[in-house]
Amino acid sequence: MRAHLIRRVLQSGLVLLVVGFVAFSMFRFVGDPVDNMLGPERTQADIARLRTDLGLDRPIPVQYARYLAQAVQGNLGVSYRLGRPVADILAERAPATLELAAVSGLLALVGGVALGVLTAIRRGGIATGVLMTLSLVGVSLPTFLIGIGLIYVFAICLGWLPSFGRGDTVQIGGWTTGLLTASGRRALILPALTLGLYQMTLIMRLVRSQMLEVLSHDHIRFARARGLPEWRVLFRHALQNALVPVITVAGLQLGSIIAFAIVTETVFQWPGLGLMFINAIRFVDIPVMAAYLMLISAMFVAINLLVDLLYLFIDPRLRPAQQRSGG
Amino acid sequence: MSVGPVLSLRDVSVSVPGRGARGARALAVDRVSVDIAAGEVLGIVGESGAGKSLLASAVTGLLPPRAGLSGGEVWIAGARVDHLPEARLRRLRGRVVGTVFQDPLGALNPLMTIGAQLAETIAVHLPLSRSAARQRAAEALAEVGIPAPADRLGCYPHELSGGMRQRVGIALALCAAPALLIADEPTTALDVSVQAQILALLKRLCRDRGMAVMLITHDMGVIAETADRIAVLYAGRLVETGPVRDVLDTPCHPYTDGLVAAVPRIDGRPGRLAQIPGAMPPPGARPAGCAFHPRCALARDRCRKDPAPEVAAAGGRAACWFPCRSLPARTDP
Ligand SMILES: Nc1ncnc2c1ncn2[C@@H]1O[C@H](COP(=O)(O)OP(=O)(O)OP(=O)(O)O)[C@@H](O)[C@H]1O
Ligand SMILES: [Mg+2]
Repeated sequence: MRAHLIRRVLQSGLVLLVVGFVAFSMFRFVGDPVDNMLGPERTQADIARLRTDLGLDRPIPVQYARYLAQAVQGNLGVSYRLGRPVADILAERAPATLELAAVSGLLALVGGVALGVLTAIRRGGIATGVLMTLSLVGVSLPTFLIGIGLIYVFAICLGWLPSFGRGDTVQIGGWTTGLLTASGRRALILPALTLGLYQMTLIMRLVRSQMLEVLSHDHIRFARARGLPEWRVLFRHALQNALVPVITVAGLQLGSIIAFAIVTETVFQWPGLGLMFINAIRFVDIPVMAAYLMLISAMFVAINLLVDLLYLFIDPRLRPAQQRSGG
Repeated sequence: MSVGPVLSLRDVSVSVPGRGARGARALAVDRVSVDIAAGEVLGIVGESGAGKSLLASAVTGLLPPRAGLSGGEVWIAGARVDHLPEARLRRLRGRVVGTVFQDPLGALNPLMTIGAQLAETIAVHLPLSRSAARQRAAEALAEVGIPAPADRLGCYPHELSGGMRQRVGIALALCAAPALLIADEPTTALDVSVQAQILALLKRLCRDRGMAVMLITHDMGVIAETADRIAVLYAGRLVETGPVRDVLDTPCHPYTDGLVAAVPRIDGRPGRLAQIPGAMPPPGARPAGCAFHPRCALARDRCRKDPAPEVAAAGGRAACWFPCRSLPARTDP
């Protein structure tokens, strides 16, 4: 198992190196950085000096290594469009996206598990049929359509909730939060629903099928034969076992929630990383695009590693064997 | 304490969905009556699909989803229980009736330590504090012959050997000192040497605690070694029952005879179940008359037409038109 973990860490490092290289290549191959940085009034000498200053005359691997070293220290360059350090822009934008992703993820997990258990226990019920049909819709509708639909109903027709923006925010240290103001919380509802719905239906269907599978196992029959109360059989023994595979999927989903926030943030003009990325693309703001790419990949990789560790924590069969024997 | 049997099944029938798409329900267990007294091991033997497990699950109402008790009465310690509501039945499980399953790894929750599984079971049945429950859990392991029981409480099921796991399964079933223990093929998944230990343990517990034991098996050898009385099931019907010695020495039903004959005796080692030619028909596809007649070398016209009558046989009963040991007069009436 330790070997497995070491392998996973190495793999993750490799993934990050590759992503870093892609980000680095964007500078070299999408437009000319020198072009981008000097105005039209440049001389050949200016260009040569800047190339040396930027290290562009060095071999590619050396340039790449320097780029990575800088990135690791948090120096991600300066935005072409805004003229500010990219790291500052990311720090400013990240709270909005992370809050949105966390609330959506929580919604998807809690809602998905609860509905999955419910539909597994009440197999033949009417509510189960309705939920399963709705979940198919949830899985197949594109996110932006869900968002637009929600805006139409709750913002335009009913006028209950705002259709764009983050509402009022409060600054705590370097973190701006919308969770502490009423308008911030109201503004969060529709985007969080939009972003979490797909994941919620996915988790619900997975939990349901896992529950049905586990409920047919012998240890569930034995738990009943031991006289355990039904709630304990369902929520301790069955759910615990059903959740093991759900963890992987839920972990991956949290990663994709952060990534898919691009669409939701665009629909709701949510001032997070996704919206920043879309704007960066529009203005070919390479440093911002490259930094976003690396940040998202780093989060993905970190979440994956965490999921692996969580597995160890939950499933004793994966832990290194102890000295136990028996006869 | 009542003097009557701990368990008494009266004409118990269990129905399962028929074979075809919307086929009628079929009887997988058909009017079976057996008793088990305190301190007695009743061995139930029969081929795969005979209905042994369904009969056992019918006792505490834990039948599989689409099977149902369709007739008869279940009496436990003098009280009728088959019509009790689920909540009342649940209070019998573990407390009055303990159950041990075939696959000891599959029967334990893989994600919980055996100490936690014992403690939760004890907590349901006995009014003990947490530490007292843990203490009791260690005692329960000691009673089933697990060495260093206190150290084992922190083990997960996969960390134990098959024999140890089955001992844990038995300890779990015995937490609340039930009056009846149902063991459905408790040794089938184990090595032969471990099998013998587990059977000896069951027998000792039965004697020491005056517990009634229903021991289900394919294996005539297991029955010969462990049971006091035997009940032979064929196609959902009880075909013969009686004291183990009598039935093994003078089997009356041709099916029992086939089972006994198939046990190799050269070295006294018990053997696997019979190679009687033919296959047992599934529920719903059972022939008229005696269900065994297509495979019976002694079958007559009568066996094909009319259900077999119950007759007195070596110390017990058999369901047969022409019980083996009265064969001299083999003439169709
Ligand atoms: N839930 C069910 N639905 C339909 N048929 C069932 C169900 N459970 C059991 N049966 C059928 O009932 C018959 C008896 O099953 P049972 O499990 O009692 O057999 P058994 O004697 O325990 O066999 P084995 O030795 O293989 O465990 C079998 O033919 C089986 O196919
Ligand atoms: Mg069985």
